[in-house]
Order: sequence, then structure tokens, then C-alpha cells
Amino acid sequence: MNIHTIANHLNELGDSSQTGFQFDCYPIAGDVEVLQVNVVGREEIPVFVSVTDNQILCISYLWGEDEVNQERRAEMFETMLELNIPMPLSSFAKIDDKYVVYGALSVQSSMQEIEQELSVLSDNCLEVIDELADYLN
Amino acid sequence: MGILNKILTAFRGGATEVGQSIVDANSTRIFEQEIRDAEKHLTKAKRDLTEVMAKEMQASREVDRLKRSVAEHEGYATQALEKGNEALALEVAEKIAELDQELSEQQAANESFASHATRLKELVRKTERQVADYQRQLTMVKTTESVQKATATITDSFAGSNSKLLNAKDSLERIKARQQSFDDRLKASETLAEENSDKALHDKLAAAGIGEQKSNANAVLDRIKARKG
Repeated sequence: MNIHTIANHLNELGDSSQTGFQFDCYPIAGDVEVLQVNVVGREEIPVFVSVTDNQILCISYLWGEDEVNQERRAEMFETMLELNIPMPLSSFAKIDDKYVVYGALSVQSSMQEIEQELSVLSDNCLEVIDELADYLN
Repeated sequence: MGILNKILTAFRGGATEVGQSIVDANSTRIFEQEIRDAEKHLTKAKRDLTEVMAKEMQASREVDRLKRSVAEHEGYATQALEKGNEALALEVAEKIAELDQELSEQQAANESFASHATRLKELVRKTERQVADYQRQLTMVKTTESVQKATATITDSFAGSNSKLLNAKDSLERIKARQQSFDDRLKASETLAEENSDKALHDKLAAAGIGEQKSNANAVLDRIKARKG
């Protein structure tokens, strides 16, 4: 499993996806290869996919530390922890100074599972921003 | 120090700079070597264990055989005594003494093999746990590194292009606005389609003289006449 097999699958899906979404994929070259997956209509919030030895990581960036209303930061954390389990398939995390939602899958996952992961992650992202916007500047 | 702690320390120590890794490639290689060594020890310990267990089984069979032999000879000695053959009985007794000696040696060996096997089993269990733990830790380090490198890749890619990651609220607003305008267009075209199909049907019905007809003067006159008549 690598990002190119995922990219080919998603690009070829077209209208026939199981999730009702269309995906545009762009591999980004670097030390670690990353696949930028744009959900059509939601290009502003892409999902980034990378594949390690034993897992497929799907990550979407929510907001930076600079966007957080510092006075309500602790409250935001608490809300995130409370939402972490109810939020299907995804979890909150922080990379450097950016808050993210991510999902990790086994490298043995099927394409359909990856597709589902991506669409759920994208849905979760919009929902989370909508829900937690009060804690942002 | 646990691996999580190391990762956090490295993070807080500023190892989060783009391109800088948590644990340098060299120590990751050393770690991987340690895992391979531990796996080798594990294979050897398992082989040793099999050998010791085989020896234990052998010794145990030998103990059984000797016990049976002692019992058998005790029977012979009793029979010799019953027949008054003291000399023969003594000879048999000497043999029994020999067997007893052998038996206690085999029992000692058996116990020693058994305790050795127990120790080896414990060692195998411990090493297996350790290897699994090392592998888990290595996975954590590698995943952390991979995510950092991926972040660097993404950051570089966005810095190099004109596109940039918008802030969360603006992104959501744009997506919602796009979705709203799509929904509006969909609704408008649905309404239009509905109206068109309604009108078309009405026209067809009217042409066929079915349904509500426009009243005209003749029809009114006919109705009045009918009422009078």
C-alpha cells in the first residue's frame, strides 16, 4: 500500500464513489511522500494521507494556535476531549502549532475503508470547526 | 525514561523545527539492531528450551523405568527369601541398591532439567515481551518522525505555491457558502422543473377539454336557461 495506489483509486472513482464525494488527489514529493486529497466542494480543507510501515495516516488541519482564543483555550481542550470518542473514526491531535483531526488505518485496509475514512474525516472537520468556532478568534 | 517521555522532551526541546528529527537516524538504526539482537536471543532461548524439555522427558521416562525395575527386583528378593535362598536375596538386594542409586541420580537430573526449563520459559516470555515493547516504541518514534516529515513536506508545498491554508472559520464559511449556492441552484431548478411539468400537463388537459374550463358567455347562458327550464 502506498499513496500512489490510493491516489489512482480515488481519482478513478469519479462519480461512482460509495460515499457520494468526489476526490482530487495530488501527490506531494518530499522526505515522506504525502497525498493531498481534496474533497470536491471542500477544497479549503484538504486531507493529507501518508503511509508508514504499519499504518495509513489521514490528517486534516483544523486551525493554528494563533487562531485560538487564548482565554478559552482550556475550555476548548475539554470540549475536544469530550468530543474525541463520539466523533466517529477520527481523533484530535496537535502537530507543531497546529490542531488536527486524524484517523489511522491499518496498511491492510481496503480501498473502500480508506474512502470511508476520508469522507468521515472531512465531515468531522466541518462539524468540529462549526462546533468549536466559539473558541477561535 | 519511557519513549513517550523522550518524544515529548524532544518536542519541547525544540526538535519540532522543520526537517529536524526526534531521534537521529543513527539511533533509530541502533534501536533496530537491538531488536534484531533480542530476536536472535529469543530464537536461541526457544531452541534451548526445546532441548531441555526433551531431556526432561527422557529423564522422566528413565525414572519410571528405574522405579519399575526396583519394584520388580524387590519382588524377586521377597521370592528368594520365601524360598530360603538368603544368598540370592542378598545378590538381588545389591542390585536394588544399585538401581536406587541410579534412580536418585536420574531424579536429581530430572528436577534440574525441570527447573532449567521453567527458567528458560520465563526468559522466553520476558524476551518476547521486551521485543514487542521495543517494536512498539520503534513504531512510535518512526510514526512521529514520519508525521513531522509529512508536515514539513506539506508546509513546503504550500509555501512554494500561491495557495495557502486559510484559517478555519474562513474555510468553513467558503465551503458552506458554496454548498448553500449549490443547494439554492438545485432548489431553483427543481421548482422550475416542477412548474414546467405542471404547466405542460395543464395545457394537455385543457386541449383535451378535461379539467377546469374557462367559463365563457355561452356556457353561462346555458346554465341560466337550464335553471329556468
